[in-house]
Amino acid sequence: MTTPTREVGSDAGRPPARSRSVRLVGAAALLAAALLPSVLVGANLLPVPSVLDTLLGGGTAESRFVVWDQRVPRTVAGLAVGAALGVAGALIQAFTRNPLADPGILGVNAGAAFFVAVGITFLGITTPFGYVWLACAGALVLTVVVYGIGSTGRDAGPARLTVTGVAIGAVLSGLTTGLTLTHPDAFDRMRGWSAGSLLERGFDVLLPVLPLLLVGLVLAAAVAPSLDSIALGADVARAHGVDVRRVRIAVLASVTLLAGGATAIAGPIVFVGLMVPHVVRWMVGANQRRILLGSLTVAPALVVLSDVLGRILVLPSEMPVGVVTAFVGAPVLIALVRRPKVSGL
Amino acid sequence: MNALTRPHGVRSPEPPDAEGRRAEATHRPDTAVRRRSATVTLVAAIVTLVFGVLALTLGDYPLTVPEALGVFTGETEGFARTVVLEWRLPRAAVAVLFGAALAVAGGVFQTLTRNPLASPDIIGLANGSFTGMLVALLLLGGSWPLLTAGSLVGGLAAAVAIYLLAYRDGLQGFRFIVVGIGISAMLASVNTWMLLRVELETALFASAWGAGTLNGVTATTAVPAGICVVALLMLVPLLVPSLRQMDLGDDVARATGVRVDRARLASITVAVGLVSVATAVAGPIAFVALAAPQISRRLARSPGVPLGVTAAVGGALLLGSDLIAQHVIPLTVPVGVVTVALGGGYLVWLLLHEGRRR
Repeated sequence: MTTPTREVGSDAGRPPARSRSVRLVGAAALLAAALLPSVLVGANLLPVPSVLDTLLGGGTAESRFVVWDQRVPRTVAGLAVGAALGVAGALIQAFTRNPLADPGILGVNAGAAFFVAVGITFLGITTPFGYVWLACAGALVLTVVVYGIGSTGRDAGPARLTVTGVAIGAVLSGLTTGLTLTHPDAFDRMRGWSAGSLLERGFDVLLPVLPLLLVGLVLAAAVAPSLDSIALGADVARAHGVDVRRVRIAVLASVTLLAGGATAIAGPIVFVGLMVPHVVRWMVGANQRRILLGSLTVAPALVVLSDVLGRILVLPSEMPVGVVTAFVGAPVLIALVRRPKVSGL
Repeated sequence: MNALTRPHGVRSPEPPDAEGRRAEATHRPDTAVRRRSATVTLVAAIVTLVFGVLALTLGDYPLTVPEALGVFTGETEGFARTVVLEWRLPRAAVAVLFGAALAVAGGVFQTLTRNPLASPDIIGLANGSFTGMLVALLLLGGSWPLLTAGSLVGGLAAAVAIYLLAYRDGLQGFRFIVVGIGISAMLASVNTWMLLRVELETALFASAWGAGTLNGVTATTAVPAGICVVALLMLVPLLVPSLRQMDLGDDVARATGVRVDRARLASITVAVGLVSVATAVAGPIAFVALAAPQISRRLARSPGVPLGVTAAVGGALLLGSDLIAQHVIPLTVPVGVVTVALGGGYLVWLLLHEGRRR
């Protein structure tokens, strides 16, 4: 059922493996280039040598605070969130065979948002550290519910899961909106959280989540070899000897951990998981392993770069990273999709 | 050509071991679907009628059913007449019409793209009109007509931008959607940013509008909007034959003599028009466009989206949601909050039911 994927534009046919590898290396270089300004640039205008000195163990008390307690954790957070969202997006698009699918499709974001809103409204939780646990719990509970309903009967196919996720996500987002619109305090905090930000994400927020992300990444790596078959449909995958049920569960678990963890850290940044896999697919071809690898490098580059831009665009204030990603990513996405022949999934 | 892979939207993939049922699904006599569609449409119409009567009677100034209906025969006079004709009837009528409009637009988009996740919300219309409304509200100091104008301009501008950016040797479904995603995401970011920068009360008001609300509907807005929607809906039956062919794939459609590009442009224009009118008056009411076609397909057990059924279901869904928003929930919430909860909940129930049946 999947249309055989054509290669992009001028490289019709199959571009030599080497040029794809070059592009992957390029993506990695881009990521490395993004990390540098993330440590060097910020509202607190430290001179570059002082930052470098601090990184090497020197520096004043102030510069140590700025670099080690603010910029480094923040960069790590951007790296982790980006990598998680990119991989989750690539997985879910291969899995549902739907280019509109984002990591939030299984209700992860809606569940996280709902739990955070409830926590703010009724439990008085107002710190990023508190949000982490609420968001994680919400994401996990929701995916279990979606999977429970979406897999009733024998046709627990991705299509059914997708619609279930969208439907349950809608119910919860309705509840969240209703809740926040009737509680102005909660609304005020939620509008900050739901923009998606890396501000004040210190290691206390990061450390509890990083193991979840790691497990998610390991699971993703484990299913990667079967993804090409899965992307061609369950029947083809079975004919290739893939244990479809097991792969599906692993994919869902991985997406939940990755997207849930990322959302727990930064709030919902939907666009990254949606856009990056498309761009990477056009870069490296329809090989799911390469798409995963590419997304793992391009997505964090996008998030970290957007975060740096967000810090300096509206000084002395700050633009949340979730707002900036769309402005960095969307023009690239549109420019790429306008090329003469662009492949689907 | 079309990279959206599933030919019949979200129809649940048949279980691999049920060859019998698969055969049944493809060779099922068309009449059964048609009969079920007619039944569902009839039921939805009756439900809408009941809801409509409720909508005329309920409120701060309660009326009995004969009193409310007496307005039409001229038996009810005075304040009751004003309440029904000026407030309740326009609001109820608009709810039904907009529900149908959004549902049909969603059905058209889902058929065209063969993707159950495609709805006008996703391709930027909703975000565009919200941006327009926010600009009108924050920069121009909005009154309702100004907000309506802003939203109309914003939605249409988004649609035109997406169309122009996506157009290249014809309009390809996949490219259209991806460009829509991109523009949509940028507009959503603009909206988030604007909401973050303004006073809490302004942000609350704007968000309520952004969820979709019928609170601002009066006879003055209802009549022109209603006429537009009815006119556009009357064009839809003309589109159905080519839509049905295009649902089978562009090549099949071409082979049967459909001018694919023209038919697609006409369908998109009508769908965008329907959504724009509804959104201009009521804000981007979420999820009707996405849920109503899916609910209808499942109720009628039809392989494609049955647009007539979808219109009826959408009308009932929005009117019912508005009743709940006005009279059941103690706090004032925008109707959009209810449509997502109700539509989503009902869809979940249908899915559960399907699961059990199998």
